[in-house]
Order: sequence, then C-alpha cells, then structure tokens
Amino acid sequence: MTNTSTPAIRFDHVSRHFGEVKAVDNVALEIRDGEFFSMLGPSGSGKTTCLRMIAGFDRPTSGQIFLYGWDVSNLPPYERDVNTVFQDYALFPHMTVDDNIAYGLMIKGVSKAERSKQVDEMLELVRLPGFGNRKPSQLSGGQRQRVALARALINHPKVLLLDEPLGALDLKLRQQMQVELKAIQQRVGITFIFVTHDQEEALTMSDRIAVFNEGKIEQLGPPSEIYETPTSAFVAGFVGTSNLIGGELAKRITGSEQVFSVRPEKIHLGSAGDSPDSNMVSVDGLIRDVIYLGLYTRYLVQLDQGSDIVVIEQNLKTTSMDVLSAKGQKVRLHWHKDHMSRVGG
Amino acid sequence: MIYMSVVYLGSMFSLLAYSFYAIDDFTGMIIREFTLKTYGQLLTPAHREIFIRTASIAAVVTVIDVIIAFPLAYYIAKFSSSRLKTWLLIGVTIPLWSSYLVRVYAWKLILAKEGILSWFINLLHLNGPLDWLLSIESIGGSSLALSPIGMSIVFVYIWLPYMIIPIQTSLERVPASLLDASSDLGARPFQTFRNVILPLSFPGVIAGSIFTFSLTLGDFIIPLVLGNSKFFIGQAVYSYQGTAGNVPLAAAMTMGPVVIMIVYLLIARKLGAFDAI
Repeated sequence: MTNTSTPAIRFDHVSRHFGEVKAVDNVALEIRDGEFFSMLGPSGSGKTTCLRMIAGFDRPTSGQIFLYGWDVSNLPPYERDVNTVFQDYALFPHMTVDDNIAYGLMIKGVSKAERSKQVDEMLELVRLPGFGNRKPSQLSGGQRQRVALARALINHPKVLLLDEPLGALDLKLRQQMQVELKAIQQRVGITFIFVTHDQEEALTMSDRIAVFNEGKIEQLGPPSEIYETPTSAFVAGFVGTSNLIGGELAKRITGSEQVFSVRPEKIHLGSAGDSPDSNMVSVDGLIRDVIYLGLYTRYLVQLDQGSDIVVIEQNLKTTSMDVLSAKGQKVRLHWHKDHMSRVGG
Repeated sequence: MIYMSVVYLGSMFSLLAYSFYAIDDFTGMIIREFTLKTYGQLLTPAHREIFIRTASIAAVVTVIDVIIAFPLAYYIAKFSSSRLKTWLLIGVTIPLWSSYLVRVYAWKLILAKEGILSWFINLLHLNGPLDWLLSIESIGGSSLALSPIGMSIVFVYIWLPYMIIPIQTSLERVPASLLDASSDLGARPFQTFRNVILPLSFPGVIAGSIFTFSLTLGDFIIPLVLGNSKFFIGQAVYSYQGTAGNVPLAAAMTMGPVVIMIVYLLIARKLGAFDAI
C-alpha cells in the first residue's frame, strides 16, 4: 500500500448540516485504492450520510469530496462512477433478476447480447446461476442481497458502496455473506466502502475502520488497532466491551488519573495473595456475579476501590459447576501493562 | 364474504338471468324462457351506435383524465411537503363533498351559449376556432353545453379525483430507494421516470381508468343534462326498464359495459398492469 497513489475517496473538510443538526461535522478522510473500508458507528452517527454523499444522493453543506482526484461534490449520482448496494436491496420489483442486473448496462446502451453475457458472468460470480428469470419477490433475503451486489458490480464501478447490506439477514447467513463479500472484493479488486453498526462485521471484513460518533470520526485504523488500542472512551465502549478505569485506581496503577481501558478477556483471575511478575498490574476484588455462557464465562468483579470490572475467561478446563461456585470469592485480578489503552478524557 | 356474494353477485346474476329472457311484443309481459333474442336486439344499428358512442367518449375522457391527473398526482406524491400534500389532497377531494347534480348544472351554465366560458373565449378572440369545433358533425352542437365536447369536459372534471387518488397512492408506494438505485446505476431523471416510476405506477393508472371508464359508461345524468339528445347506454337502460318496461333489454344492455370492462381488464393484465401488485 503506497500513500503516494491517488486515494479512491478523499473528504476535504466535509460537513452536512440538516438545519441545526450537524449530521456530518468537518470530516477529513482518505480511503485507499482497493481497500475494504468500513464506516462503523451507531445510528445517527453520520456514517450513512457520508455514504450518501459519496453516492451523490446528498450534497455536502461545505467541503469537497474527491473520487480518484476528481471533485464530485456536486455531481448527480448518475454522473459518478460509484455504485451502491442498498440496505433494503432496492431491487426493481417489476423486472426479472436478469433485467435488474442488466439495468446499468441497458441505460448505457450496451447491446442485448453483450448484456446477457455479462449478466450470466455476474450470476456465476454471486453463485446464483439459473435464477435470471425470477422476480425479486421469488427470492430469499440472501439471494436478493446477491442480486443487488451483482447489479452494482456489473458496471465495474471505481468504488462500491454498501449500506448495511447484511442487516436484514439472519446470523448464520450473515456470517457466510461476510466471508463471501470479502472474497468477492479480493477477486474484483474494487474499493469497497461498507457502512455498518455491527462492530463484529466491521472487524471481520475490513482493512481499515473509521469509527463514527456524532458526525465525527473518533478513530481510524486497522481492526486490530481499533480493538487493541482504542483512543477514546466511545471507541472502547462501542467496539467490543471494555473496562474503563479512572480516578484514584488509575492513579495507583499508572500514576495518573487519566482514564484507560482494559478488555475483559485480557484480565486473568487469580486467587487472593498471588504475586505476579513486574510487567503485570494487579488489583483485588470480590466476584459479585458469574454468568456461564458455554464457550466462556463472564465474571463481574467488584474491586475493593469500589468500581466493577468485567472479566471473561474461556472455559478451557472448568465446568459450569466450577465457575458458578466462584461467586462470592475474593480474587486478585492481573493484566499485562501493554493491554491498557489510554482513552483520554 | 357471504354478504358480499349475496348482495353483489346475487344481483349481478339475477341481472344476467333477466338478460336471457325476452318480452312478449304483443302483451309486454316477460317470458321466463332462455332466449338470445334480447341480445340479438342489441346488434341493431341503433343500439350499436349507442355502445360505440358511449365507449368512445368514455375512452377519450379516460385518456384526458390520465394526462391531467398524472402530473398532479406526481407533484402531490413526490414534490410537496407533508403540509402542502394534505391541502392538495383536500383540494382534490373537495368537489366530491358537494352534490354531483349541482356541479353538473353549474357546468351547464358555465358552458352555455352566454356562459362564462364563451365570454372568456370571446375575450381571447377565439370564437372562430370554437365555432369551427362546434360545427363538426359528430362532436359539435349549437353550443358547448349542448355538444359532446361539453359533455366530455364535464365528465373529465367530474371523474378527475377518481383518477388522481389511485395514481397518487401508487406513486406514494414507490420506495425512494428505487429512485436512488436507478439514478445510482446511471439513469437520468427521465430514464428513471420511464423505466421505474411509470411501470410501477401503472397499476394506479389502471385502477383510476377503471373508475373513470366504467363511471362514464354507466352515467346517464350528464348526457341527459348536457350534450345533444343522442342516447348513452345509461339513458337507454333507464328508459327501457322505466317507461318501456322492457327489463330484459335493459339487463342485456347493462351486460354491455360489464363485458367491455372485462375485456379492458384482460388487456390491462396482458400489458403487465398487475405484475407489481
């Protein structure tokens, strides 16, 4: 990845205000050519508005958007070389699957024979061969999703936008589609911009993630960085679960009152009186609650200093009987110093 | 369902049954025997002319209503704010609150020889073209109020709400994301209109045209008050079952519009009007 090549998308201080509401507030952003980029955030965080501005359905109030160096800020959607997979798929109900997929080519005036050849290739790519004559209403959610993807990809857009496309699918299908989407992206080599509120989805598929909150980007980086070293309390809380520690306790551990976060699975439960090595931090507490979840167990530990901490331990050797009997026991928690992340504020 | 079948279909079937009876020319009594004689009478030139006249005016009225209603419905559905939308919809339906008869007579005055419309046309110095229009044999008359043209104008006006509302409803139901998708795939606004909006609102146009077409087919008041004295199907039915006492012939004539509507719906289905439902 070279930073010298032209970015696929560049936001230059882009804002979008709806009256008093700052849906997108002075966002600067570069999305690299060929990457799988996710915009992650809760609803109303501005991620979808950003996507709609790239597609052209919405225009920035101020700032500019560049598509491979071209200012597209004020171009209508039909003059931009990007295509979208919509949340509700937006398949044309009065057309067959074939006609839906061929729509973009039909508009461009591509001949019928050529259209049908390319449609067949696309149906092959999304693994729906033979479905061409059906109507969208005769397809399942997962199949509609694939048709929507094929309809966008057939135009070979420079950038493909995906607006929470997996939201309506059930868990199993969603996980399967995550893998498949990533594989398709690597095959076609097009820049994918994926909008989601599902942190797991973003972590699974993305090369880089931008976490949105209240119209701004809170943090931007590869999934591991976002997860391991969140730079704000919001990111620490939104991506996975996190323990935020501040005040007196923080001062005792780090020497500063600044808040830091520790992931629950990085904390080890030890018996009271354990003395770990010097790279480890340790605090004492009492197990207040135990939730057995099969694969792992969640412990809620009340620290002697007052605050509660969540600890997750995999049930490698323990049985449900073992872990449930731990309730009420005094424990000493320890974690590695590297696993703490300053979140400021 | 039972209520529906008894009240609606029951009366339709009794009508159908009567249409296969005939009256005795001599006594004027209804002979309750199956015969196609009554239907035979429908094929006489005089009756054929009534059917053709009624159906062609109904068709013209429907087409004009579609042309007027579509842009209005489109504006209401896609461009107006929700406040404006409410007011526009009230505006469209307000005429339905007043008596149909009153409105027809009001139009008779508007269209009369010394009426406001003639006055206005005079003001624009367009009475030449108007006189020319009225002089055409099949559609003209001594004044607008007494011509098929005037009659059609009133039909267009009276049934317009029945065309606007279904079209507006069908346009309202086209999800915005479909329009976004079309534009996203490279279609200019006109292409989106032709490829997405028009086909998806077609069921609304068909629904509206069923109203305007069948209401015009069956109406007998407007042709009575306005237009020349030539009969409409409705008037013929009215006079046969009333003054003439020929119920079988009236029933058979009523079957005419029913058959026309069935043919119309079959054509509409063939054109794919109901595919998106």
